[in-house]
Amino acid sequence: MARAVTTPRKALNTAIAWTIGILIFFPILWTVLTSFKTEAEAIANPPVFLFFDWTLENYGVVQERSNYMRFLWNSVIIAGGSTILGIIIAVPAAWSMAFVPSKRTKDILLWMLSTKMLPAVGVLYPIYLLCIELGVLDNRYALVVILMLINLPIIVWMLYTYFREIPGEILEAARMDGASLKDELLYVLTPMAVPGIASTLLLNFILAWNEAFWTLNLTSVDAAPLTAFIASYSSPEGLFFAKLSAASTMAIAPILILGWFSQKQLVRGLTFGAVK
Amino acid sequence: MFMKTVLRTTSALALCISATAAFADGHSATITIATVNNGDMIRMQGYTDQFTEETGIAVEWVTLEENVLRQRVTTDITTEGGQFDIMTIGMYEAPIWGSNGWLVPLDNLSAEYNVDDILPAMRGGLSHDGTLYAAPFYGESSMVMYRTDLMEAAGLEMPAAPTWEFIREAAAAMTDRDNDINGICLRGKPGWGEGGAFINAMANSFGARVVDEEWNAQLDSEAWANTLNFYNDMMQESGPAGFATNGFNENLSLFNQGLCGMWIDATVAASFVTNPDDSEVADSVGFALAPDNGLGPRSNWLWAWALAVPAGTQQQDEAMQFIEWATGTGYIEQVAANEGWANVPPGARQSLYDNPNYAEVPFAQMTLDSILSANPNEPTVDPVPYTGVQFMAIPEFAGFWTEVSQEFSNAYAGQQTIEEALANGQAIVNEALSAAGYQ
Repeated sequence: MARAVTTPRKALNTAIAWTIGILIFFPILWTVLTSFKTEAEAIANPPVFLFFDWTLENYGVVQERSNYMRFLWNSVIIAGGSTILGIIIAVPAAWSMAFVPSKRTKDILLWMLSTKMLPAVGVLYPIYLLCIELGVLDNRYALVVILMLINLPIIVWMLYTYFREIPGEILEAARMDGASLKDELLYVLTPMAVPGIASTLLLNFILAWNEAFWTLNLTSVDAAPLTAFIASYSSPEGLFFAKLSAASTMAIAPILILGWFSQKQLVRGLTFGAVK
Repeated sequence: MFMKTVLRTTSALALCISATAAFADGHSATITIATVNNGDMIRMQGYTDQFTEETGIAVEWVTLEENVLRQRVTTDITTEGGQFDIMTIGMYEAPIWGSNGWLVPLDNLSAEYNVDDILPAMRGGLSHDGTLYAAPFYGESSMVMYRTDLMEAAGLEMPAAPTWEFIREAAAAMTDRDNDINGICLRGKPGWGEGGAFINAMANSFGARVVDEEWNAQLDSEAWANTLNFYNDMMQESGPAGFATNGFNENLSLFNQGLCGMWIDATVAASFVTNPDDSEVADSVGFALAPDNGLGPRSNWLWAWALAVPAGTQQQDEAMQFIEWATGTGYIEQVAANEGWANVPPGARQSLYDNPNYAEVPFAQMTLDSILSANPNEPTVDPVPYTGVQFMAIPEFAGFWTEVSQEFSNAYAGQQTIEEALANGQAIVNEALSAAGYQ
């Protein structure tokens, strides 16, 4: 029997949830506000919150200086491509680990995850030399493959966790009804795991969108995504906080909008299992 | 029949698109330039279209934050990646990369370019064995920027060439804790180009040196203890809270808000603190040479952002053309005509300082005097085996001095004593130089 939650307790929980939410969101809000200030107002002490002369000048300067659409398009291709490719490879891998496990399945899963512990800079030179050799420096599709490989362990792990919650008997019943492996994967497993696959897709899209080590080091002009766009406004010698904030707002806006519209699926996928 | 029509139509479309693209492009070549994000470099990007109009060479810019740029161009040049036709590098990289054969020597510059007009200090710092490897776009030293109104209220007068004792006395007199006014703001942030650069230049004026002629670390010397103790005591008395994490931008922000009596930092900051759009104290700023202790060297550094051509580029001629255009006198005149003399890139050419129009800019003469008073070949009181004022022009320096500056910052923040910081620094320098085979 569920324990009744009292009204004061509910109010307290709500207040705590709002406080945490505001704390997490505040840096983003501050960045957005700063993007509408002048450079002098951006560094004012004490800081001004809402009562300042709102200006769109920073957005004008950023738009004039940089080809935003080119950076945005590159981000969409790189983040979208690497996520979709990762899912295509990870679904069969997670299926085999969840439903036809071997003695070494757990070890393989751990080994896959352990590759995430290697500092990226440790393999910068080998990867850079490979890209030179293959002629794919500053190439979007090379980054699609590299980011897919980087995020693949997380994708496999997430899908494996969702698949494990699907009763094997359902798949068995499908097989008894004459379903082939392809039918089983496409028409039985995938529809049942849609919330899990959706949240995996979204989370990995966000990870790939924000990836800043490889996207900065392997691109220059043609394949540079929004991370490079932001980096071009950061400066240790000169106060360009308002312009940097405008560039950051423009870079995070698409992913924020995507997150806003898909938050239901994202939360459901992250907080519930596949068939709960 | 239908397929044939489709194929013909698409072929014709493709031809039209290619022809249009070629016509619209119309450039003989495209060069890619990696650069830092600072005011002068961004201004130059705005003039690129004129270069393209004059030469038919298109320019693609890759602008990055200074430390990201360093990592990016170092990776590319050491692996011969060929991503860039021109790189923006500093006085630290130019001689090292030049000696490694990674840069194209700039020994075929045209007579109109007048390479002899480049200030000798800049030319020397960007050369190796007498060969110039990078053309200075702008040069800088460091100097004292101070509030004339606060100095007057304190009943003091800033000499043109102050001593450290005077600076400390003035800082104490100008400090007004009730009104959040700090007598002095200095860099304390870890990093070889941040607090590490400042303290190294300051140590030169106290008679300290990082290594002796045999490459043995000298951080356990009395001169280094005097330097750090003086810095720390003065900053605790008259500096801002949290100075151990303040770098150029943090101090610029404090100064522009009227919260610093004095600030000793890059001469390039003079144009920021005197710009009324950004600075609340623009009309009450004075300038003086960086302080000394009467031992010879002053505590100012020497730096330049310069354009260099990597040896692997396929577009060497086009890159050279751009370098001549961007670092020549014509560009300076163009900027002066459009945006005023205060906005031209400073510190690179003698002819700029001979120009009577530029002499009217309030910080022009002090910038030149500061640059001329820095000597990268003899930066310290006692002889040293390296060149460079606030850095040692060896590849290992950036790594070990970043670590040492972290130790110093920890001491400023009270996490360890000055003696412990110097002892740790001594071990770090010796270990790095020994591992690299200098000792």
